[in-house]
Amino acid sequence: MKKCPSNMIELMHNYLDEEISPEDELILREHLHECAKCSQHFNDLKKTVAFIQHSSHLVPSDDFTAKVMARLPKERKTVRLSRWLKKHPMITAASLFFALMMGSLFTTWNGEQQFSVSTKENVMIKGNTVIVPEGEVVNGDIVVRNGSIKIEGKVNGNVTVIHGEKHLASAGQVTGEIEEINEIFDWIWYNIKAVMKDTLKTFEPE
Amino acid sequence: MESLVKNRIKAIKKGDQNAYAEIVEIYKNKVYQLCYRMLGNRHEAEDVAQEAFIRAYINIHTYNPDMKFSSWLYRIATNLSIDRIRKKKPDFYLDAEVRGTDGLTMYSQLASTDASPEDTLESLELQEIVQKAILKLPEKYRSVIVLKYIEELSLQEISEILDLPVGTVKTRIHRGREALRKQLGHL
Ligand SMILES: [Zn+2]
Repeated sequence: MKKCPSNMIELMHNYLDEEISPEDELILREHLHECAKCSQHFNDLKKTVAFIQHSSHLVPSDDFTAKVMARLPKERKTVRLSRWLKKHPMITAASLFFALMMGSLFTTWNGEQQFSVSTKENVMIKGNTVIVPEGEVVNGDIVVRNGSIKIEGKVNGNVTVIHGEKHLASAGQVTGEIEEINEIFDWIWYNIKAVMKDTLKTFEPE
Repeated sequence: MESLVKNRIKAIKKGDQNAYAEIVEIYKNKVYQLCYRMLGNRHEAEDVAQEAFIRAYINIHTYNPDMKFSSWLYRIATNLSIDRIRKKKPDFYLDAEVRGTDGLTMYSQLASTDASPEDTLESLELQEIVQKAILKLPEKYRSVIVLKYIEELSLQEISEILDLPVGTVKTRIHRGREALRKQLGHL
């Protein structure tokens, strides 16, 4: 029996790594064809690879990820806060509002003592009282500051009275919300709701 | 996939811990498998795999994005596994976990396939023989064989993970395969 070329085993491994030139592959194939010993060696290598490749894949425990997360060092507080705020946009808006507006809120609450009304259409003004006369219709919201409102007609919208009183006659009608704001907390709440409505709008799909 | 991972890593670097849970979910099976084949013991594999993820998290700032994240992670897992092997008594892993609870777990997993009980038993036995053969390899051959055949990585990736020239990786794979052939080739 003639001696096997010394690089035959190396060519087998190159073949298994898919790193063999076409010329070398031809040399290997021709030798394997005529040499039972090398052919056996090559088959054993291929079988070995198949055994390793087909060994069953095991999976880690179900709570693997939870266990890893529990073992991580604690993250910085600021990051936790900012993520929490991102998850709760409404509260973020409100907090932001508080932070920015607290100062000016007190000023506007105590500062503006003058009577004002947001609309002059279809209403009568007597002193510090706004009257929606019987038979008249106001389309839109009415905001009265430092005064009162008497509604005998109809308001298609919300009525808000700040520092004053509302009087709704039995025939009067308000399609929206009607509210009186006489306390600082009502005032804050009123402002928060205004911010939240805007926030909601920004979160609504376009 | 790589872009999702890159994006999550940016968030983690900024300190967003929750983003890391997604990374763990993506790679846990691969990392666990790597550790299991290196160590041959489910409990130790679980422990070392968790440790690898924790190390990666703590050292995330040293991760160079030019490298594949998986390569970096596998490097950590491989090194930790090798450390663990070295700490063990040399003969411990040779007879460990062959007929213990791990065999039963593996058995129940195999039993869920529709193979007949005889086939299942036979393949279970084969699984053990294969795992024993891998465990008999010195760690420098074991790691390349596991990365190539269990993790199915290219020589280039293995060279990156182990920080070795491709030529060295090839030589080790050849020798590892020869050593395995001596144990498994006759089956
Ligand atoms: Zn020959």
